[in-house]
Amino acid sequence: MKSLIYLDNNATTPVDPRVLEAMLPYFREKFGNAASRTHQFGWEAEKAVDLAREQVAALINASAKEIIWTSGATESNNIAVKGVAQMYKDKGRHIITQVTEHKAVLDPAKYLETQGFEVTFLPVDRTGRVDVNQFREAIRADTILVSIMMANNEIGTIQPIAEIGAVCKEKGVIFHTDATQAFGKVPIDVKAMGIDLLSCSGHKVYGPKGVGALYVRRKGPRVRCEPILHGGGHERGMRSGTLNVPGIVGFGKAAEIAGQEMQAESARQARLRDRLWAGLSEHLDEIYRNGHTVHCLPNTLNVSFAYVEGEALMMGFSNIAVSSGSACTSASLEPSYVLKALEVADELAHSSIRFSLGRFNTAAEIEQTIDQVAATVRRLREMSPLYEMAKEGVDIKGVDWSRI
Amino acid sequence: MAYSDKVIDHYNNPRNIGSLDKNNPRVGTGIVGAPECGDVMKLQIQVDDDGCIVDAKFKTFGCGSAIASSSLATEWIKGKTLDEALEIKNTDIVRELALPPVKIHCSVLAEDAIRAAIQDLKRKQANAPATAGAQVARG
Repeated sequence: MKSLIYLDNNATTPVDPRVLEAMLPYFREKFGNAASRTHQFGWEAEKAVDLAREQVAALINASAKEIIWTSGATESNNIAVKGVAQMYKDKGRHIITQVTEHKAVLDPAKYLETQGFEVTFLPVDRTGRVDVNQFREAIRADTILVSIMMANNEIGTIQPIAEIGAVCKEKGVIFHTDATQAFGKVPIDVKAMGIDLLSCSGHKVYGPKGVGALYVRRKGPRVRCEPILHGGGHERGMRSGTLNVPGIVGFGKAAEIAGQEMQAESARQARLRDRLWAGLSEHLDEIYRNGHTVHCLPNTLNVSFAYVEGEALMMGFSNIAVSSGSACTSASLEPSYVLKALEVADELAHSSIRFSLGRFNTAAEIEQTIDQVAATVRRLREMSPLYEMAKEGVDIKGVDWSRI
Repeated sequence: MAYSDKVIDHYNNPRNIGSLDKNNPRVGTGIVGAPECGDVMKLQIQVDDDGCIVDAKFKTFGCGSAIASSSLATEWIKGKTLDEALEIKNTDIVRELALPPVKIHCSVLAEDAIRAAIQDLKRKQANAPATAGAQVARG
């Protein structure tokens, strides 16, 4: 039995043992409600929540008062996009985002279109980046919000956030960024980058699931959001509901560890990621890297293996956990919309695998992954009619597949 | 999604992988699907003088269920006459491999591949020069 290798850290990460240790007392003896102002139990919980606020704020150069706790990045994105739109709709009804955003931004944006807002979905180049000049030209007098992710979950491409932030400041438009994947992996400075709202999540950074945060700028400008959840006015009125104290404590601890270890850990993961790409390239021809090779998260590698299908590939190395841009399991049979936006051909999107490394991966695991993936690709190519046709010199793109 | 044991078995030990000479008058070739849809199956049959399928080969670009469906199809059609092979329905493949609803299109493609290969063979035999045709017919 081969050991299990987890290379799907952009989907979720295991809770770091240090994080779990920090959380445990808040399930047991320190179980208080952080909103209870009348006794020791509440005070203790509030103190822990305030510490976590500082820990998360420190990682993005914000102040603790600017952190709103949520259930995760999906909720943070919803509050940011819909909450800002509702709050500022008298000023204008135009919003700008881009096509490779996570669904947690795209779907709220599409919802707003049904509510009388107009949304511009900017295209990206073949590496997945937005063009800053094109972005500047898209801003109108009635633009109230820009939402551009910091780094993409499928391909790892990092957007020119500081440049976009500078344009937003110049034009006086509120700037939200979904930093779910970037948080804890690359340095973030909301002040230097001109970010007004930022979404992040605990479980992507070795914290627990079910907890996230939204940074909301308090001055220069003071940003306000209509709440989505009403009831009690917690979190500066932007997010009511009893706080998930153990989760928040864990998220805080996870942010603190990420801050301490980011520099060394990101460099280590980038080395392993680069070794993975080099190793696969040594063994296999006609493999293509999707995304940007420089402006990329240190842990992410998205590869298309021509002539073989992603789901079949994953079946061949079932002890290695990865994900695919293939849509063979979805009813639509449409491959990844992110790869489509990069103008990756559909057949190469079906052939794509995302490897996302994490804190607990080792060099030995990467070597084993290279060997197993290469062996599976070779085996499947031997049974691929497309590979056979390509080797015979048939131009696959020139075939009329409806007529054969 | 978990795969059935039979899908895993066909994926790990595919039956009849390979290619037959597509120029052989007794070989019929069916290629169905499209790369941009994530599935392409090539299925080939070879018949004897009696029109009985003596050999079948496949190559498939697609998911594990697509590979298993085409592998099973080649296994089933061997030894059958063309008419018998045409009786194989995609639902038989679904049942045998316990395919979930999202994978039914894999079985449809396998049925289409069988039909395409038989059609190709019949077209070839109809167009064949008299001598070659006679040779086949003489059986």
